[in-house]
Amino acid sequence: MRYGRAPEVLKDINFALAAGSFHFLTGASGAGKSSLLKLIYLAERPSRGVIELFGRDVEAVHPADRPFLRRRIGVVFQEFRLLEHLSAFDNVALPLRIAGARPDSYRADVAELLAWVGLKDRMHALPPTLSGGEKQRLAIARAVVNRPDILLADEPTGNVDDAHAIRILKLFVELNRLGTTVLIASHDEDLVARSGQPVLHLDKGRLRTFGRGVGERLG
Amino acid sequence: MSELFDVRRWKPAPLLPRKDPRDGALVFVVAVLCFLACLTAIGALAADRAARGWTSQLTGSATVVVRASGGETPDTAAGRAAEALAGVKGVTEARALEKERAEALLEPWLGREALLDDLPIPRLVTVDLDPKAPATAVTLDRALKAAGIDATVDDHSLWIGDIERGAGIARWAALGVYLLIAAATAAVIGFATRAAMAAHRETIEVLHLSGAQAKFVVSLFQTRFARAAALAGLFGAGGAATIGALARLAGGGKGLTPVLPVAWLDLLAVLPTPLLAALVAAIAARIAARGLIGEMA
Repeated sequence: MRYGRAPEVLKDINFALAAGSFHFLTGASGAGKSSLLKLIYLAERPSRGVIELFGRDVEAVHPADRPFLRRRIGVVFQEFRLLEHLSAFDNVALPLRIAGARPDSYRADVAELLAWVGLKDRMHALPPTLSGGEKQRLAIARAVVNRPDILLADEPTGNVDDAHAIRILKLFVELNRLGTTVLIASHDEDLVARSGQPVLHLDKGRLRTFGRGVGERLG
Repeated sequence: MSELFDVRRWKPAPLLPRKDPRDGALVFVVAVLCFLACLTAIGALAADRAARGWTSQLTGSATVVVRASGGETPDTAAGRAAEALAGVKGVTEARALEKERAEALLEPWLGREALLDDLPIPRLVTVDLDPKAPATAVTLDRALKAAGIDATVDDHSLWIGDIERGAGIARWAALGVYLLIAAATAAVIGFATRAAMAAHRETIEVLHLSGAQAKFVVSLFQTRFARAAALAGLFGAGGAATIGALARLAGGGKGLTPVLPVAWLDLLAVLPTPLLAALVAAIAARIAARGLIGEMA
């Protein structure tokens, strides 16, 4: 994958994530972690190669059907990407609203999730009034609210203290137990080591090492 | 639960910010365009009414120019012509114009001091025609010839043609101006949509990545600009209706605006404006938004 005419940021990447698996994606800054996640959550297109999601070649998916694929993917963006004019509650409810759910059907779930991520008293707050950690927890709540089939998180514990990092990791593990495939990009070596989950390691755009549980499909 | 937030009362907030500093300018521009469109519509209706009034007056009457022949005096010839014409089917009344009135008609050209007695001034007979089944110029001419009167019948067809042509041109011109204003409104809304989408690009991207379909995002902008245009249309229509009402109160058909006799009924023409403005805005915003989403995708 390359941006415009720039050199390739990802080269000869070939791997498969089993449904219901949990992986960390590690690598130095600029190694291509965010680019790889963008390819998976359909924000970018590969300059060559094939990406399959849920058993379908994403390039072969009709543009009108892509939103339905995206709804099965939860994303925690590195820069949060919260809608600043919406309350914390509205931000979390957004994916459900987009999916066409009726407010009465998710009102309680959203409130419960916000309480779970420690934002019980900040439901009304607008993102600009939240701290970095609160924003991060809000972004995580938004990503998991519709129980996606796959959860992608880009440095989800970058702005929170250790206690909250562990709490967030537990949330991801819990989701994984419920069947969600989880891929977390992180450079927090302690957290990765503590989790004991398999690791995908990117080095200068190449997938160098594989942890246990990664289906390798080298060409 | 937050003390400031009652989950049970929560309702989804608008996905685009309620207020945008650019909205005021947009509403003003569209309101001015709607105002001009409404004035055009009121003016066109009034012009049409004036034309129809003039045409009806002209088709309801004919003028006969009588020339005395033999030893007959002009007054006697005119009287005989009036008598002959009064009996024709399709004529309700025929009156010979008195000498004084005939001279008064010539006064602007010949002046008061002209020796009119020495001039062979033709006499005029005005004929009122039955509006339901008016007698034709040929019928009138035949009746005059039958009575042995040397006369020329003018059924005003030349003027009626000119007025009808003028009214037709006014109608098409008004329609052209109306369409031009609608196109300008659409262009303004198109630009505003693109500007708003550029300003809310982050929101659109988040919606897009959260699985929003293009039609969902397009509908947000479509609704927003349709509402703004409807409000602007309301202001524009209100302003134009006020001006129309003032013109009517200041004299209507008899006083200030004899050429454009505004009727109260004409003011109803502004009523569809908010709806039309919203429709034009919705279409323009839809086209612009779809185009931009296509580029973003």
